[in-house]
Amino acid sequence: MKILVCISNVPDTTSKINFKDNNTQFDTTAVQFVINPNDEFGLTRAMWFKEKSGASIDVISVGDASVEASLRKALAIGADAAIRIDTIPKDGFSVATEIAAVIKDKNYDLIIAGRESIDYNGGMVPGILAHLLGYEFINKCTALEVEGSTVKAEREIEGGKEVLSSSLPLVIGGQKGLVEEKDLKIPNMRGIMTARSKPLEVITPQGTAELSTDVTFDKPETKSDITMIPADQLDLLINHLHNDAKVI
Amino acid sequence: MSVLAFIESNNGSFKKSDLEVASYAAALAAATNTEAIALVFNSDDCSPLGTYGISKALKVSTEQFNASSYAATIEVATTQEAATVLICSSSSNSKYIAPLVAASLKAAYVPNVIALPESGTYPRNVFSNKGIAHTKVNSELSIIGIAPNTYGVHENPTQINQIDFNLVSSSSKTQSTSTETASDKISIADADIVVSAGRGLKGPENWGMIEELAQVLGAATACSKPVSDMGWRPHSEHVGQTGKPVSCNLYFAIGISGAIQHLAGVSASKTKVVINTDPEAPFFKAADYGIVGDAFEVVPQLIEKLKAFKSENS
Repeated sequence: MKILVCISNVPDTTSKINFKDNNTQFDTTAVQFVINPNDEFGLTRAMWFKEKSGASIDVISVGDASVEASLRKALAIGADAAIRIDTIPKDGFSVATEIAAVIKDKNYDLIIAGRESIDYNGGMVPGILAHLLGYEFINKCTALEVEGSTVKAEREIEGGKEVLSSSLPLVIGGQKGLVEEKDLKIPNMRGIMTARSKPLEVITPQGTAELSTDVTFDKPETKSDITMIPADQLDLLINHLHNDAKVI
Repeated sequence: MSVLAFIESNNGSFKKSDLEVASYAAALAAATNTEAIALVFNSDDCSPLGTYGISKALKVSTEQFNASSYAATIEVATTQEAATVLICSSSSNSKYIAPLVAASLKAAYVPNVIALPESGTYPRNVFSNKGIAHTKVNSELSIIGIAPNTYGVHENPTQINQIDFNLVSSSSKTQSTSTETASDKISIADADIVVSAGRGLKGPENWGMIEELAQVLGAATACSKPVSDMGWRPHSEHVGQTGKPVSCNLYFAIGISGAIQHLAGVSASKTKVVINTDPEAPFFKAADYGIVGDAFEVVPQLIEKLKAFKSENS
C-alpha cells in the first residue's frame, strides 16, 4: 500500500497569537512551529500500516524552506520520502489544487490529511483533494482498517460515531482516535540520523489563484473582569447566572 | 439570484444550528435583495423555517446520509436556484460535504463565520478561536459555514412555499453501515450548557457529581485533555484545541486549571464559571464567575441549590 500523509506546519498549541503589518499578517516572532496535531495522528496511523504490512509512506507539505523541519521530523518518525511544494500556502483550495497536481500520477492508495490545521482551521484540503483526484473520502475519521482494497472506518458525528465501509483509493480527514495520544512517536536518534539521507524533493508550484483571501485579522475581545463568588455563597452564583447572564 | 441554506434536520425536527443557518441566510438575502431558499433533508414540514425568514423550501428525502449524494444534490439546487451564496452549519456532515461542493463548483469555502459580512469580508474564527480573520471571497459562489451559537436565531415570519426536490444518487463506494449515538445524553455540539471537569477531580470514580450537576442543568458533560488521555473519560468528551470546540451559553470548568489549548477550545462559550482550589489557576483570567474552593465541597452544594432553584422556577 502506498500512503501519502499531508503535513501542515502550524504554531505549537501553546502559542500566543499576534498579528503584524497593520493586522494583515500572522506574526511568527517567537512562535514554535510543529506538525499539525491532526496530521500527526494520521502519520502515526500510517506508521502502524507500515509496521503491520510494509506500506510505504510519503509526506508532503506546501510551504517555504521553513516547513522542512516538520518534514524531517516526519522522516525521522519513519516516513520514507518527503515532498515540499515551494510556495507560501494560501487558501485551502489552492493548497489542495497544488498537491493534486503533483501527486495525480503517483497512484497513492491512501491519502491521510488532518481534518483541519489548527492555524487557519479551514478543514477543506482533504475533501477538495479527494474530489480533484476522484478518490473516496471520509472526513473526521476516528478509526481506519484496510484489508486488500476494502476499508472499514469510523467518523465522528454529533453525539456519537458512524461506521462506514469504503474502498481504496481513499482520502481521509483524520483526527485523534486514528491513534491515541500515547501512541504518538518521538523520533529516536537513529531515526533522526537516517532522516538526513532520506529524499526530500522540492517542487516548483504550478500557480493556483486563491478563491478566498484573509484581508485583515484581529483578536477576540478580551473578557471583562471576573466576578468572584465566595464558596459558601452559591445562591449568589445562581442569582448572577439567572438574572445577569440569563443562562439558567 | 438567491441565498441557499443547507438544512439537515434531525429526524424531521430542526435543531438550533439549523435555525441559525436559516436566520443567517434570511438576513443575507434581505441585505442583497434576493430570496432565502432552504434545501432541507428529511423534514415533511418545513413551516418552522418560515418563522426564520425562509420563503422557499426544497424538500429532499433520503434513507441515510451519504456525503457525495448530498453534495451532488446541493450542487443541482445551487445551479437551479442561481444561488450566489450557500450557507451551512458547522456540523460533522456540513464539514464533510462543503469541501466537496466547493471543489466541484470552484467556490470559496469560508468556514467558522461568526457574523454577517462587513465591507465585503466575512469575519471568521481562526487559530482555534485565538484570532479572527476577515475573509474576502474571489469566486462567484461563496460557501459560508456558520460557527455554532454565534449569529444566533432571529425570527422573521415569512410565507414559506414547500416543494419536493429529487435526491441525486451517487456512485460513491463510501457507505454508512451503522451509527451509534448515546440517545440518553446531550451532545456537546448541541448543548446550551456544558459541565466540564479536569484532573482536580482526582479520579474517574468521582465523576458521579459531575454527571448529576449536568443532569440538573440539562447539560452535556465534557473533560480536559489530560483526563481523556488518562482514560478517565471517553475521547468524545475531550474539549479544547485538539478535541471538540465548545460554543455553548454556559460552561462550567471544575478542577480545570485552564491550559491555553483548553481556553482556546472553549473561548466561544458565552458565560464561563470556574471552580478551582488554586486561586492562581489561569482559567480565572478567562472566566466570568469564579469560585475558589474544593470541588468536592462546592459541587454537591451547588447541585442542591440548583435543584431548589429549578423547583421554584419550573
